Amino acid sequence: MTVTPGAARRTRREPRPGPWRYVAIAVIVLAALTLLDAALTNPNFGWPTVGQYLFSAVMLRGLLLTLELTAIVMVVGSLLGVVLAVMRTSANPFVSRTAWTYIWFFRGTPLLIQVIFWFNIAALFPRIELAVPFGPTLAGIDANALVTPWTAAVLALSLNEGAYMAEIVRGGLLGVDRGQYEAAQALGMRPGRVFRIIMPQAVRTIIPPTANQLVTTFKNTALVSVIGLADLLHSAQVVYALNYQTIPLLIVAACWYLLLTSLLSYVQGLLERKYSKGYAPRSRPVAKEV
Amino acid sequence: MDSPMIEMHGIRKRFDDLEVLKGVDYSVARGAVSCLIGPSGSGKSTLLRCVNGLQLADEGEVWVDGELIGLRVEGEHVVPLPEKLIADQRRQIGMVFQRFNLFPHMTALENVTAGPLRVNGAGKEEARQLALRLLDQVGLAARGDHYPNELSGGQQQRVAIARALAMRPKVMLFDEPTSALDPELVGEVLSVMRDLAADGMTMIVVTHEMGFAREVADHVCFMDEGVIVEQGHPDAVLTDPRTARAREFLKRG
Repeated sequence: MTVTPGAARRTRREPRPGPWRYVAIAVIVLAALTLLDAALTNPNFGWPTVGQYLFSAVMLRGLLLTLELTAIVMVVGSLLGVVLAVMRTSANPFVSRTAWTYIWFFRGTPLLIQVIFWFNIAALFPRIELAVPFGPTLAGIDANALVTPWTAAVLALSLNEGAYMAEIVRGGLLGVDRGQYEAAQALGMRPGRVFRIIMPQAVRTIIPPTANQLVTTFKNTALVSVIGLADLLHSAQVVYALNYQTIPLLIVAACWYLLLTSLLSYVQGLLERKYSKGYAPRSRPVAKEV
Repeated sequence: MDSPMIEMHGIRKRFDDLEVLKGVDYSVARGAVSCLIGPSGSGKSTLLRCVNGLQLADEGEVWVDGELIGLRVEGEHVVPLPEKLIADQRRQIGMVFQRFNLFPHMTALENVTAGPLRVNGAGKEEARQLALRLLDQVGLAARGDHYPNELSGGQQQRVAIARALAMRPKVMLFDEPTSALDPELVGEVLSVMRDLAADGMTMIVVTHEMGFAREVADHVCFMDEGVIVEQGHPDAVLTDPRTARAREFLKRG
């Protein structure tokens, strides 16, 4: 048979699936069915218990505390991160080294240790006092009264968050073209105003890693369960310490974590679209010459 | 007044071990257009950036309309001004960049109102009217709500000129304003600059456009290796250069 150019031939655009595709499908379906079977027939999963506790007051209170903690930590951490990022890009070497040291320390030690450390700060400083260095004490408070599990959790998570956000924000600021700084300066903008031209541009590259960081922080709040703060995980622990339904209550907590992280990813998508303004071309074509 | 609008004395600037400006004296009369020409790396752009303090000279003084730029006299010394005071000095010195540097997250109109609104504290409507007038002046009245990435290079550069003009500057600095443009878009930008010159704006233009220099400039300055080699009326410098270096450069151009 001769093959001639341009002859009418029916083309199949999609390549024909090979036999391995069917093997892969078969294996995956089999594995999924096995898991589903186990989940439905194994009574130790305790689905009725899961249903019973999913919307229980104790778990919802825990969820609320977890969300509250995430929100506070994210706000404080982001503000701290912006300050540290600006310090880090400062021309003053003393200022930039200070920020560098902070970031080095808080990123270089486990968050769990930081949480426990702040909870036990009273062992280091029994009284926290406002005083003139080497001079008289102006005011003082018992450390155990000041650093409750809640303040220890907020302190530990926020200070840690600040270090991570600083690197994210710095990356965003460095990503903005040098010419943007110069254009703003050339208009006579003082440094604060220049920052307000640059920051919205940096935000575009800051959002995706920040959303990731938000998800990480949301899950990291579970660490505060070790200092007895009644977050989502600790609430589950309190319940299963009483009724021994460990797995079902962990499933309840996991369900809430999963639901919220999914929601956060969705919001991330919306934000990314909002800040891509002026970057991705709109449906309108490039303007014709006037 | 007969004193020059821009006066630079003994400007030296060094980047690490490279001396980019080796003691430059330069002045531009009021309402004059001065073109800085020369090979790349000759120090033209650095000299231009010294005028508005984007670059601070290591030695020498820059005076714009009787004001010392970036420095303050304290007794027998001069000391650097804080950045915010240099920023204030830049308000009356417009600058246009090779790569436009429009703010990409703002529309053309917002780019032009940025200066009046954020620096001069103008009212919203006042800034808007001014911006519309300036966009019209550069032939882009219909493009106010476009973002920079929806405009051609020539249009972006004209918006950038309007943005600088919105500060009502005494002086306009152009840093190779047409070098990043496709050849067919160069004309529209040069035409806006020509109008500006005709209106009596004091301008310094770093350029490779010899035709523009010949036609519009009152004064041409040929720089090479950090010094001004030759300067004077464009007819003299461009047509009949005295120095071998200028002759060599212009022959290539």
